Amino acid sequence: MVGFAQRQMLEFDGSPTMVELLVPLFAELYEQTGFTRKDIGFWCSGSSDYLAGRSFSFVSAVDAIGALPPVNESHVEMDAAWALYEAWVKIQTGEIDTALVYGFGKSSAGVLRRTLALQLDPYTMTPLWPDSVSLAGLQARLGIEAELWDETAMASVAQRSLTDAETNPHAVRRGGSSVEELLARPMYADPLRKHDCAPVTDGASAIVLAADDRARDAAERPAWITGLAHNVDPLQLGARDLTASKSATRAAESAVIDDVEVAELHAPFSHQELILRHALGLASDVRINPSGGALTSNPMFTAGLNRIGEAADRIRNGEVTRALGHATSGPLLQQNLVCVMDGATK
Amino acid sequence: MSKQPAAVVGVGQTHHRAKREDVSMAGLCREAIDRALLDANLSFDDIDAIVVGKAPDLFEGVMMPELYLAEALGAAGKPLLRVHTAGSVGGSTAIVAASLVQSGVHKRVLTVAFEKQSESNAMWALSVPVPFIMPVHAGAGGYFAPHVRSYIRRSNAPLHIGAVVAAKDRQNALKNPFAHLQNKDTTVESVLASQMLWDPIRYDETCPSSDGACALVIADADTAASVDNPAWIHATAMRSEPTTAAERDQVNPQAGRDAAAYLWKQAGITNPRREIDAVEMYVPFSWFEPMWLENLGFADEGEGWKLTESGVTAMTGDLPVNCSGGVLSSNPIGASGMLRFAEAALQVRGRAGEHQVDGVRRALGHAYGGGSQFFAMWVVGADKPAL
Amino acid sequence: MTTSQARTLSAPLRVSFDYTRSVGPTLGAFFAGLRERRLVAGRLADGSVVLPPPEFDPATHEPVTDFVEVGPAGTVQSWTWVPEPVAEQPFDRPFAWALVLLDGATAPFLHALDIPYDDLRVGMRVRARWVNEPVGAITDIACFEKLRDQEDPPRDAAGDPPTHGRLITPVNLDYTYAASPEESAFFRGLEQGRILGQRCPACGKVYVPPRGACPVDGVPTTDEVELPGTGTVTTFCIVNVPFLGQKITPPYVSAYVLLDGADIAFLHLILGIEASEVRMGMRVEAVWRPRDEWGTTVENISHFAPTDEPDADFESYKVHL
Repeated sequence: MVGFAQRQMLEFDGSPTMVELLVPLFAELYEQTGFTRKDIGFWCSGSSDYLAGRSFSFVSAVDAIGALPPVNESHVEMDAAWALYEAWVKIQTGEIDTALVYGFGKSSAGVLRRTLALQLDPYTMTPLWPDSVSLAGLQARLGIEAELWDETAMASVAQRSLTDAETNPHAVRRGGSSVEELLARPMYADPLRKHDCAPVTDGASAIVLAADDRARDAAERPAWITGLAHNVDPLQLGARDLTASKSATRAAESAVIDDVEVAELHAPFSHQELILRHALGLASDVRINPSGGALTSNPMFTAGLNRIGEAADRIRNGEVTRALGHATSGPLLQQNLVCVMDGATK
Repeated sequence: MSKQPAAVVGVGQTHHRAKREDVSMAGLCREAIDRALLDANLSFDDIDAIVVGKAPDLFEGVMMPELYLAEALGAAGKPLLRVHTAGSVGGSTAIVAASLVQSGVHKRVLTVAFEKQSESNAMWALSVPVPFIMPVHAGAGGYFAPHVRSYIRRSNAPLHIGAVVAAKDRQNALKNPFAHLQNKDTTVESVLASQMLWDPIRYDETCPSSDGACALVIADADTAASVDNPAWIHATAMRSEPTTAAERDQVNPQAGRDAAAYLWKQAGITNPRREIDAVEMYVPFSWFEPMWLENLGFADEGEGWKLTESGVTAMTGDLPVNCSGGVLSSNPIGASGMLRFAEAALQVRGRAGEHQVDGVRRALGHAYGGGSQFFAMWVVGADKPAL
Repeated sequence: MTTSQARTLSAPLRVSFDYTRSVGPTLGAFFAGLRERRLVAGRLADGSVVLPPPEFDPATHEPVTDFVEVGPAGTVQSWTWVPEPVAEQPFDRPFAWALVLLDGATAPFLHALDIPYDDLRVGMRVRARWVNEPVGAITDIACFEKLRDQEDPPRDAAGDPPTHGRLITPVNLDYTYAASPEESAFFRGLEQGRILGQRCPACGKVYVPPRGACPVDGVPTTDEVELPGTGTVTTFCIVNVPFLGQKITPPYVSAYVLLDGADIAFLHLILGIEASEVRMGMRVEAVWRPRDEWGTTVENISHFAPTDEPDADFESYKVHL
């Protein structure tokens, strides 16, 4: 990982192709790495047609690359963290040694929590339009009833996130107060208060990957990927324990998370961070979400990639040696990806 | 880091039809998957990861359907990826699955691509009106027809070439029990007599709208060693370019030429016309056969139609193209590219049944998408490649 | 449409389609049950009883074929409140969702509750309330309500339901579509009767409409270039096929028109000439609608019509094919 750039906002006023955001992002990455677009061996993006409201929404984004002569390019209909996975796999084949991964999403174009009901079973769930915030509310109460967490623990997550976001210029929501004050705020999707839910966020971001010497040329201190894995749970509510995340645990086992100092977790709801910390087996001294995390900025289809970028930046700026980036996709933490990075070793 | 050998060890596809009302989306996918696993003599427990490919989500009205399908596809508890690269998606999905094995990350990967077009209307899904813009074109046919006209003008091809392709592929489809269209009476004359829809494209020169799925099991050398006649992956290539750009060649796109050049080089092929024994290329409108013959380097620019006209691309010719009946006979959009890759694998495995060409050692699978701008292709062979 | 001078133009976009779903045998049994006001669950290999029945057993991967009726009463395992319902949810006023463990099932079922906020609690007993005329869809259950001491509602004496069938699921989504700043400048120009392209600062090519990124160089087009309404047909299609939303009766010609001074052709209609007379290389000019009908849209140009000029030489436009 040798470059990371991001843009976030509550409402982006431009086109859903987000070409206007991608162009300056790519420029920033060329600046960071010294690469030009001709140095990039593979391009891979993540985005969603339903977020944009039209088929083939990713196609115009190719313009931002400047794709003549043609490029080696692919796209996943997932958070761009999985585009990073595809690019990483491609590097492992030896076919390429550099890749630029990007994602974009204009969540504000539609009613996000309603649009996400289209991710559910189309026969037995979507016709009821269960919105994503309500599903999270049901999940949160299950954990409260099982005494796995309580409202105070959830408020503590929000409080820490909002406080940390004060030093993150990319956060769209910030300003911690106190756990007591947060608990005094009104309920929204009971037992969730608004600060327990990620803000609807538009954005785009991009990461540059490079192998071996290409990485050393591009960055003083690359964040070397030592483990990258992902896993999925069933969607059906009857088929899994919603208070746990088996898929996160499986991904963590494959990627081998040990001795990480910082973890950036993609938890769009406060209680989901508690689920993830447990599922990933993170020690109590691991610093969680120093960026403020998804509760302070959750651009759909890039928020997961951002967690990896934020974690990598802590390594690249010398703050820590070993860090974890996590991404989630689908309803209620259905799909999880973990990326372990190290500054010292290769 | 070096590339590990990988091979197709299982192939499965559905009986493609206009409406598969007997199955759900999960049932459709499983029909292909179960056949691929049976072919590979493997079970779900043997599979390390699953890669799903599909064209736009608006076709079925489900956002990222692989999420709700995860359990039915046997993906729960495993890594699951979803690829979407427009019409080339079936091909690029197979390439992503192959790279998971070639990278050494996994040993056995299941990949499935599908489309259940009968759930909606592709012409609608592709033409959702955009504010401020005028809806002048009419679906994919309306989009590609002007470029076919350009090809005819540039190559001076006789006007019946499109009908030759359509009649050939429809006759080939009769030898493929999975093919959607089974029209015994299709001839060059009957194609020429069919309605002119998007002039210069006639009704019989267009692909049908199909429900269908295709699945492959791609495995490492150890697994392939225990399988009869695996189809070894000799080369893969993907290239993309913008939909529109000043002076972009839409008839013979550079992305296709670049991908082919890279592919042949990787596969150690210097004369594709001689060294490739069977071709499955993505021909949704009949004229794309001569266009892609040129784009892929089987013929010089402007000469592709001569191969078609002289019967070189017939099953009895020396470069048989789309012996399965091709996209012109079955078009479950998201799966169509993977079907090309799968049919190429069947040919080198000697498992293509009635549409088998004798003695195929190396075959090409090809897919394209968007405005002739996304290309995915592979060469599979009967022999393990020297890597 | 917004015409104020915001940075970009935006307009509502509705994406709406009634999907026809074939449900297959397992879900077919579930929906056939709903039509008779019965909750048909699947019994899985490990003995668990799940509603709706999964199509394939998670452990054996085999189709689920063992059905068992559950409910209609059950216990609330979890609930949440919806203070601001979204379109097409079971209620258009604030309401609750719940995970209900139906009697006889081992896994919860998601549906809405018609129970006041203050009365909601985990562990409460509820029962399905049915709509008057079930059709075999999840919406046959109107919601769940507090269980009272009364008999089960009578079941429909409907004939043999099909074991599988079709389901219509409408998907209606409302978006706000915005044009990019470059496109917005183009559409605003059209409102003034002008065709405004922009030049790429890197390659110098003139794009119309202008682009957020020159697709060759990846930088925004910048210098404005006003283009005339005259140009050359590069290639075209005669549309003979009717389609959803079509505004002109076929046959008509959609053509790529290379405006004089532009480096890229754009798609528009050719009228004022028999479709069969349209030629590659034909010279055409824009025919504008009456000025009082103009908006920020390409539709201000009604179509292109032939001029008196001789056809352009093939060499002059062949790089645009």
